[in-house]
Amino acid sequence: MTRLSGLQREVLSLYRQCMRAVREKPADTRDNFRVFARTEFRRNVRLDKKDFGTIEYLLRKGHRQLEIYRDPGIRNISR
Amino acid sequence: MATTRALTRLATRRTAVPPAIFTRGFASVDPIAREPISKAAEAAVPDPARKPVPESQTSTIKEPEAEKGAKIKTFHIYRWNPDEPSSKPRMQSYTLDLNKTGPMMLDALIRIKNEVDPTLTFRRSCREGICGSCAMNIDGVNTLACLCRIPTDTAKESRIYPLPHMYIVKDLVPDMTLFYKQYRSIKPYLQRDTPPPDGREYRQSKAERKKLDGLYECILCACCSTSCPSYWWNQEEYLGPAILLQSYRWIADSRDEKKAERQDALNNSMSLYRCHTILNCSRTCPKGLNPALAIAEIKKSMAFT
Repeated sequence: MTRLSGLQREVLSLYRQCMRAVREKPADTRDNFRVFARTEFRRNVRLDKKDFGTIEYLLRKGHRQLEIYRDPGIRNISR
Repeated sequence: MATTRALTRLATRRTAVPPAIFTRGFASVDPIAREPISKAAEAAVPDPARKPVPESQTSTIKEPEAEKGAKIKTFHIYRWNPDEPSSKPRMQSYTLDLNKTGPMMLDALIRIKNEVDPTLTFRRSCREGICGSCAMNIDGVNTLACLCRIPTDTAKESRIYPLPHMYIVKDLVPDMTLFYKQYRSIKPYLQRDTPPPDGREYRQSKAERKKLDGLYECILCACCSTSCPSYWWNQEEYLGPAILLQSYRWIADSRDEKKAERQDALNNSMSLYRCHTILNCSRTCPKGLNPALAIAEIKKSMAFT
């Protein structure tokens, strides 16, 4: 595999952080959180990898969402 | 001319009534004073891909029913929709009949939103310059849309952008999270350990109260901070003029007992000393305050302790 760019590594790190945050959630709703995080990433998976502005925006948005959903008061998520 | 005006303001603020020629009228009607900021803001866009699509390449939305003798003015407004993150920001043009529009820029924006294009997004609340919600960059100057008159010259076209160098939430709405976080970091509340001597209120003499004039009026609209090049480049660490003005408001307060701690928190190379007295803050403040003077006072108080 080729070396990843800084931006790509940032995206992966955000994904990992999300997956780790899922583990803090109650066991019975954990799957809902995991599915939610994965679909949020999937939605933009086709983005051009040179579209830096957009990727940076989505990263900021992702970090913000992670910070909100990480709150222990949020016990379930549905769509 | 603009710099001399700012300097004069620095020098004359302590006088009771500043002479009329030096007072600042409502916002941005002075084309001479305006030129340099807008140039700097345009040159400061770092990445050509981030530049909005110019209005020449977008459509113009016209006034609903134009009558005879209508004073048609064109507004170019920055638009960006976060629901389509890969689309580029663009400049949308709108034409309005000034006879049917209120006198202020905010009236024009509200009219566009009500009658022409309901998708236009901006913050507004009090429409009289007391809430600080409608801060934006109008014709190259950061100001409150509700305090900025629409220039009646219909030949000139007005351009409205969000506050420069802020992340955009949508259209004219900037993300102020960092700004408010910085405000929280200076602990903007009275800190005391001792109770008042007579067990009632914390009293101040008239002279002590007078020190807070020109500080407490700040509405935290972020016009000054976002006009400061130093804040553009060091947003993460430099507090910016608005927050430093507030910081000085608490340092100068005679009832506050944590003056030393407050000063100590600012005593590093970034928080305070990134101010290079560019004075854009004092020039742009829509409330006519002088953040640069407050910053200078903090620097002075820290130099002589």
